Amino acid sequence: MKRVIILGGGSAGTMIANKLIKSLPEGELKIIVIDQASSHFYQPGFLFIPFGIYSKEMVARPLSNFIPAGVEHINTKAELIEPENNTVILQDGTKINYDFLVIATGSRIVPDEIEGLTGGWGKDIFDFYTIEGSVALADYLRNWKGGKLVVNIAEMPIKCPVAPLEFVFLADWWFTQNNIREKVEIVFSTPLDGAFTRPAASKYLNDIIIRKNIKIIPDFNISSVNTEKKMIYSHEGREIDYDLLIEIPTNMGSKVIERSGFGDELDFVPTDKHTLLSKVKDNIFVMGDAADLPISKAGSVVHFQVDTLYKNLLLRMNEKELIHRYNGHANCFIESGFGKGILIDFNYDTEPLPGEYPLPGFGPFSLLKETRMNHLGKLAFRWIYWNLLLKAIDIPFIS
Amino acid sequence: MATKNIIGNNIDVDDLGYMTNLNQWNRDIAEALAKEAGIELTDRHWAVIEYIQNEYKKGTPLTIRKITKSGITDTKGFYDLFPNGPLKKASLIAGIPKPVGCV
Repeated sequence: MKRVIILGGGSAGTMIANKLIKSLPEGELKIIVIDQASSHFYQPGFLFIPFGIYSKEMVARPLSNFIPAGVEHINTKAELIEPENNTVILQDGTKINYDFLVIATGSRIVPDEIEGLTGGWGKDIFDFYTIEGSVALADYLRNWKGGKLVVNIAEMPIKCPVAPLEFVFLADWWFTQNNIREKVEIVFSTPLDGAFTRPAASKYLNDIIIRKNIKIIPDFNISSVNTEKKMIYSHEGREIDYDLLIEIPTNMGSKVIERSGFGDELDFVPTDKHTLLSKVKDNIFVMGDAADLPISKAGSVVHFQVDTLYKNLLLRMNEKELIHRYNGHANCFIESGFGKGILIDFNYDTEPLPGEYPLPGFGPFSLLKETRMNHLGKLAFRWIYWNLLLKAIDIPFIS
Repeated sequence: MATKNIIGNNIDVDDLGYMTNLNQWNRDIAEALAKEAGIELTDRHWAVIEYIQNEYKKGTPLTIRKITKSGITDTKGFYDLFPNGPLKKASLIAGIPKPVGCV
């Protein structure tokens, strides 16, 4: 019996494990998921925690709940991948051989990459990309009396590139609700030359930013932080002062990729953007954030990759040419505050454009347009994620 | 697709002025593009340009960090060579598309 190891039990690893076990005859493939975590987090929910919309309990479930029957879960840390030996070495030194490996180790924030940043961490500098960061920020905001709020993106790529924008939109709404909006200056500074990475959507979102009285500072490449002066500096010598800094630090791949020595400069795995086969070895596939693909790091991307990866893995098992191609499909609901949202849909070649996105039985969502329906879609997504998406159940409107 | 006249050549460019056909690129055109951007090219600039063109041809997604970890130049050096958006400026002069920030 062939053996496939899935490294990582997050969105990507869980979805492909479910897809494989459901689609293959019993006994054809031994599937092992390796992940040291005990909780599976609904990461899109982290954004809502600082504003009291979601609690920690609403975004966490036991990881083992989503590992399907028939799949072995090894609940420990992977120390090293040895492609030349087709082996994963665990923390205790145990070696496990595989015929095929799916790397789904995700991405993580690395605050150490910016000089001075960690000095203010948890005091007046926070993130909302971790459960700890989101919860700490929620506590801080509850007692905050106002001042200058700066949201800064350190460098691209980051997970969910629209999330920082959603954060400022929600902040504008939340401070308004709490009657302190006039005491808060909101600044959004980014290394990009506009609000988003794709031109049409960027223009649309820039207009919303201005309408909401949020100041955008584009082309700002942060180099360091002075936590005593409460100042951030760019490589070009510009500076921004803050009272409260929300930083989206450098995103990097997993440390197991770094230790294994085949990642790129950010420890993401070089991957063919269409077949999802790694460039490391021809029995290693890569899924989700862990790959170096030129597309957003997001859960929807993973969902759209499952079929391609599953079919190509079967072809590789049968020593056939990999003919299935992932086209870079991504979509995301952008929460824009005051009970509204925007939906964008795009791929490697097509920009996010206005139009409609069909959903049988529920009515279409408007694309690149601010509507209440899109907001409801975003909130409904948490249920969809836990109950359908992770289990690789086909969903008509997002496949 | 738009074209732009650069030192007597009609060059294919996108809406933002980035060249869309690397085959039309040569060192004279690079010099002209650099001049427009207020940059005078030195050997250190050429080393970066050559590097990013090679990476682009290999299909590698380019980031500032990729350049500054390459050994060709460090972070400060890169910003000094191509001030205000070094990767965008360097890509423009190297005749390759604007780097996708969508990643």
